[in-house]
Amino acid sequence: MKSSIRGHYLAWLLLAPTIAIMVAFMGYPMLKTIFLSSQLTDLAGNPIKFVGFENFIHLLKADSFQTSLMVTLIFVCFTTILTIVIAYGLALLTKDKFLGIDIFRTLISSTMGVSVTVASILWLFIFNPQSGLFSISLKTLHLSPINWLSDPLWSLIAIIGTTTWMNLGFAYLILLGSLQSIPDDLYRVANLHGASWWLTLRKITLPATKPTVFFVSVVTLINAFQTFGQVDILTAGGPDFHTNLMVYAIYQDAFVNHNVGRASAQSIVLTFIIMIVTLIQFWWRQKRQGRSK
Amino acid sequence: MKKNKLKRFLQITLISIGTGIVLMPLILGGLLSFTPSQLIMQGHLLSTHFTLVNYRQVFIETPMLQFLWHSLVISTLVMLGQMLCAISAAYAFVFLKFRFKRLIFGICLSTMMLPFEAQIIPNFNTMRDLDLLNSYAAMGLPFMASAFGIFMIKTGFERLPNELYQLSQLEGLTHLQFINKVVLPYSKVTLVTFGLYSFLSNWNMYLWPLVATTNDKVRTVQIGLRQLRAQDTASNWGLIMAATMVAVSPTLIIIFCGQRYFKSGLTSGVVK
Repeated sequence: MKSSIRGHYLAWLLLAPTIAIMVAFMGYPMLKTIFLSSQLTDLAGNPIKFVGFENFIHLLKADSFQTSLMVTLIFVCFTTILTIVIAYGLALLTKDKFLGIDIFRTLISSTMGVSVTVASILWLFIFNPQSGLFSISLKTLHLSPINWLSDPLWSLIAIIGTTTWMNLGFAYLILLGSLQSIPDDLYRVANLHGASWWLTLRKITLPATKPTVFFVSVVTLINAFQTFGQVDILTAGGPDFHTNLMVYAIYQDAFVNHNVGRASAQSIVLTFIIMIVTLIQFWWRQKRQGRSK
Repeated sequence: MKKNKLKRFLQITLISIGTGIVLMPLILGGLLSFTPSQLIMQGHLLSTHFTLVNYRQVFIETPMLQFLWHSLVISTLVMLGQMLCAISAAYAFVFLKFRFKRLIFGICLSTMMLPFEAQIIPNFNTMRDLDLLNSYAAMGLPFMASAFGIFMIKTGFERLPNELYQLSQLEGLTHLQFINKVVLPYSKVTLVTFGLYSFLSNWNMYLWPLVATTNDKVRTVQIGLRQLRAQDTASNWGLIMAATMVAVSPTLIIIFCGQRYFKSGLTSGVVK
C-alpha cells in the first residue's frame, strides 16, 4: 500500500516537466493565438482593439485567402493520393522476400531522412529553367520548355511533386509493414483456387491493408496542410499567390507583413481543419476497435 | 519453374527502375556535388570531370561546419530532453496510480492535434521578451515534451509482462531500480526507435529555426543551407549541391543503420 501513496506524489513529480513545457509552449500560445485572432494589432504585433470575429470575416472575404485555401485543398488532395498510390505500388513490388531485397527496401525508404530544405534544393535544380534536368530532357526531345516555377499551374505541380517524393519513404515503410503482416496462407489458398493477381489484390490485399492505408492517408494529409519549406524555397508563394499555401500565408502575414491579427485568424482556421481530420481518424479507429472486440 | 524465373526477373527489373526513379534526385545531387559549377551551367550534368573543389569551398568558405555543429547540439539535446520527459511521463501513466490519470493522458494526447504553426507567434514573442532568440534554449525548449513520444513509449512499457512487475514488487525494488533494471532494458527497441525518430525530426526542423534565429550564432544546417541558396547569385550549383549532401548525410546514415528499428517500431508501435 505504501508504494501507491508514494506513487501519487512521484507521478506528479514525473509529469511535472512535461506539463510545464506543454503549458508554456503549447497551451498558453494556443490561447494567446485565439485571443490575438480577435484583436486589431499594431506593426509590433501588440493588440490594440477587440474586433470580435472581424479578422475572420475580412479573411473569408479576401481574394488572397480564398486562393490560398483553394490551392491548399488542391495541393493536399493530390499530394495525399499520389503519395499513397505510388508508395503502395512500390510496397507491393517489394513485398516478396528474396536475396538482396532489403537493400532495395532501405533505398526506397531513404527519402524519409531527407529534410525539406534538401528535398526542395534538389528539386529546385531539377526544375531549373537553364540547366535543370527537366529542361535538358525537354530540349533533347525537341519539346517546348516549361517554366516550372513561374507558371501558375506548373508551379503547384512542382510543389506537389516535391512533397510527394519527400513523403514516399515513410508511407512506403508503413505500407510495406502492413503488407508483410498478411498471413501467407491466405495467398496460398487463393493460389490453389487459381485466383488471378488482380482478384487476389482486390479481395485479399486491399481489404487487409485498409486500416493502414487510412492511417497513412491521415498522417500525410495533416503533414500536407502544414507544408511550408517547399513553398519558401521553390516558389515563395508565387506566381501571383498560386502556391501560397496556408502555413506560408500565415508566416508571411506574421513575420513579413506584420499583420498578427490576420495571421492568428488563419492559424485558428488551420487548427480547426487539422482537429477535424484528427477527430475523424480517432472516431474511425474507435469504431473499428469496437467492432473487432 | 521457368515461368517463375521469368516473373522474378521481371519483378527485379521493375524494382530497380522504381528504386532508380525514387533515388534520382539524390543521385543527381551527389554527382553534381563533384562537378565544377561552370560545367553544370553549360548543361553537362554527367561530366567525367571529377572535383572536390565544391566540398573544399563548403568547409572553408562557408560557415557550414559551424551550422552542422549547432544542428548536432540542438538535435541531441532535444532528443535527450524528449526521451527523459517521455520516459518519466510514460512511467507515471503505466505503473503509478494517481487522480485524473485518464484526463491528463487525454490532454497530453490532444496536444498532437494542435499544429505548431498556430503557436508560433506567441512562442516567438515569449522568446523575444526573454531575450532568448538566437540561443540553444529558444531552439530546444518548446519541443522538450513530445506527446507522440509519450504515446509511443507508453505503448512500449505496456508490453512489459505482468509477472515481471509482480516479481519486482516481491523483490521490493525501488522505483529507480525497477526503471533501470527492468523497464528500460525491456523496452530497448521502443526507446532506440523513438530516439532515432526524434533526432531525425529535430535535425530536419525548418520553420521554427528559421523564425527563432536572426544571426549565425545557433543557426542550424537546414537554415544555413537555405541561406546559402538565397545568397547565391552566381548559380554556383556545385557548391550548393555539396552543401546539400553535407546536410543530408547524417540523416541518411541514421536511416540506413536504423532501418530495422524504424520498420518494427513504427509499424507495430503506431499503426496498431
